[in-house]
Amino acid sequence: MTAVLRSEWVKFRTVRGWVIGMLVAGLAIIALGLGPSDQGSCGASGPSACTQTLGPGGEAVTDSFYLAGRTLDGNGAITARVTSLTGQIPDFSDTGDPDGPPKTQSGLVPWAKAGIIIKASLAPGSAYAAMMVTGDHGVRMQWDYTGDVAAPGSVASGSAASVSDTSPRWLRLVRAGSSVTGYDSADGRHWTKVATVTLAGLPTTVRGGLFATSPPYTQLSAGQLDLNSANSSATGTFDQVSVAGGWHGNGWAGTAVGAQGGPAAGPAGNVTAAGGRITVTGTGDIAPSVAGAAGIGVTIAQTLIGLFAGLIAVAVIGAMFMTAEYRRGLIRVTLAATPRRWQVLAAKAVVLAAVAFAVGLVSSAVVVTMGQRVLREHGVYVWPASGLTEARVIVGSAAMLAVAAVIALAIGAIARRGAAAVAFVIVVIVLPYLLTVTTPLLPPGTTNWLARVTPAAAIAVQQTLVQYPQVANVYAPASGYYPLPPWAGFAVLCAWAAAALALAAYLLNRRDA
Amino acid sequence: MSDIGIPVSAYTGPGQLATALQAEWVKVRTLAGTWWLLAAVVVLTAAVGAGVSSAAACPAAGCGQDPAKLALSGVDLSQAVVAILAVLAISGEYSTGMIRVTLAAMPRRLTVLAAKAVTLAGLVLAAGAAGVLASMLAGRLLLPGRGFTAARGYPALSLTDGSDLRAVCGSVLYLALVALLALGLATAVRDSAVSIGLTLGLLYLFPVIASALGPNWSRHLQQIGPMSAGLTIQATAGLRALPLTPWQGLGVLALWAAAALTAGALALRLRDA
Repeated sequence: MTAVLRSEWVKFRTVRGWVIGMLVAGLAIIALGLGPSDQGSCGASGPSACTQTLGPGGEAVTDSFYLAGRTLDGNGAITARVTSLTGQIPDFSDTGDPDGPPKTQSGLVPWAKAGIIIKASLAPGSAYAAMMVTGDHGVRMQWDYTGDVAAPGSVASGSAASVSDTSPRWLRLVRAGSSVTGYDSADGRHWTKVATVTLAGLPTTVRGGLFATSPPYTQLSAGQLDLNSANSSATGTFDQVSVAGGWHGNGWAGTAVGAQGGPAAGPAGNVTAAGGRITVTGTGDIAPSVAGAAGIGVTIAQTLIGLFAGLIAVAVIGAMFMTAEYRRGLIRVTLAATPRRWQVLAAKAVVLAAVAFAVGLVSSAVVVTMGQRVLREHGVYVWPASGLTEARVIVGSAAMLAVAAVIALAIGAIARRGAAAVAFVIVVIVLPYLLTVTTPLLPPGTTNWLARVTPAAAIAVQQTLVQYPQVANVYAPASGYYPLPPWAGFAVLCAWAAAALALAAYLLNRRDA
Repeated sequence: MSDIGIPVSAYTGPGQLATALQAEWVKVRTLAGTWWLLAAVVVLTAAVGAGVSSAAACPAAGCGQDPAKLALSGVDLSQAVVAILAVLAISGEYSTGMIRVTLAAMPRRLTVLAAKAVTLAGLVLAAGAAGVLASMLAGRLLLPGRGFTAARGYPALSLTDGSDLRAVCGSVLYLALVALLALGLATAVRDSAVSIGLTLGLLYLFPVIASALGPNWSRHLQQIGPMSAGLTIQATAGLRALPLTPWQGLGVLALWAAAALTAGALALRLRDA
């Protein structure tokens, strides 16, 4: 087998066109990754537009709500009864004044939240734990942005209001050291523990109180990215509020935490108290930040767009690596020298994949590390990714290049026509990408299906964004959310390659050369 | 100029183009691959178009979709088959050495290329028309069931509608121009794998790369890319937001095809076969 490998390696490196072609593939990836880009808006509207609040785990978060709060020194507990959750959402159908702010109507977004919270400080992004009623997802406990659990027995209401005067909800948070426990009750006597969470580094003195917030209302058209979005607000009504432990003061002081500036933001919220009833109104969200239709910025995958140019180049070389043997009749010499024909195919696949992988690895590493810098210098917000994630994107992209080349080789052996092999690879990888990511014409169901079964599923290795069920968003391939996990998507491509190689080996054995 | 030693100017037989056309027609007609590929053009255009028409959805009025574009989206795929057909028409001759016989019989090389172009364009126009009309019919029957109803501002697709007719005729012309682009490139490059890689790269890469860049770059790339510009001919709605008018877009593709054919003609004229 080593002899076969060596002879195939000699064949590969002595054809100048193929070596040049591989270099072209690498250079195309680099040139398109470091090359043209529009000026981003970050530079123009100040550096603040280019940063996102970071949560305790280092992830980008949204932390914007209205708090009616006090200071808690040491351990303590807070209990409150929520008697209503109402809200205002924009009314896009009322186009009375196209330039003015959208008219509003009564309504709740599914993730409108009102409840009680204990939070390390008023600084956006600080640790917290909260019990809340939501617009459409029942009673929940959430903590540190990514943590989210439904209260046992609490079901999604299915309608906009999960609480009312006749069916109120009691919520309780108990702080002991750095752990916070949430409780839920329907009657204020029988309590159900929801969860106990540990907030790392929670200081002795924390803030706590009643809060309300409501993420932007988004109206989708046809499930596509063409959408209307505007702020909504939520109002929670509380009574029978009681505290125990080291709480300071008597009143509940209103604070807009993480209020977004700018003329479009509108009033941040308010708190009113009358006869034991406290009403808190707020806008925003306490949740992980997401990219996509309603989000901002690009991911590091943006820098790898040249991968498709490289892919076409390696597909051409992969196909020619096989079909050139047939064109010149060299295949008869090759097969006479190696009568175990599958070994020839295997050796060719190994040599080709190794070269393509090396080229892909170097060029992807260059664009992912340098390309982000170029984008940031252009004022484009690039979503942060951990070193491990970056390494996976780089290695995965290089592997995708290698496996695509092997598919071209196998189809070249099956069809013995270079044109057919190259066209096949391009049509099964680039075209589905075009239809799912670039110009998604189809509804999300069909698009996600294409992104699962076609070899283009492998593009999921470039996934850097996380889907959060507790954030409403269009999680579509076009916004960088692929339906398969990274290596599962890559496995789909490998399955195609394995099938093509198996058929190629079978035909190579069976057919006359 | 010619490797068989007869000066090109010495050949002055009558009806050269007619003879060349007849020769090309015999060659292309007797290859089994031609008919399979043409059948694939018809089937893929219609099948993908019908598939997209049956999967698309318009849940409410003003859903921002273009029904003609949806129904004719099979062209996105079948253009790859057209490119294979066009590339094989010339590179097949180079890989078998047939080109030397062809040029010996017909020393006026540009006449050979012209005859190939006419034959190919004729075949692709016929197959394209069949596929495009079938997908239009599928769209007319399927789209109303997917929410594209007259009540939501989408009357059924019809050839009596000016913009729908433009989309249909333009899509057929689009496929023929893609064939000429591929023929020109393949004549210049000769190798089939490289030619198809170049052709499909030119077609598919522009929209993919345009999507990753910001709106300014994207708009320019969509104006110059042969596929993104050429397919604006399928647009029947929201024309004002497009970077080109439909016929301008098809014109951009025609320029690409003309440039490729010129490059191919030059290479064929100046190079030994």
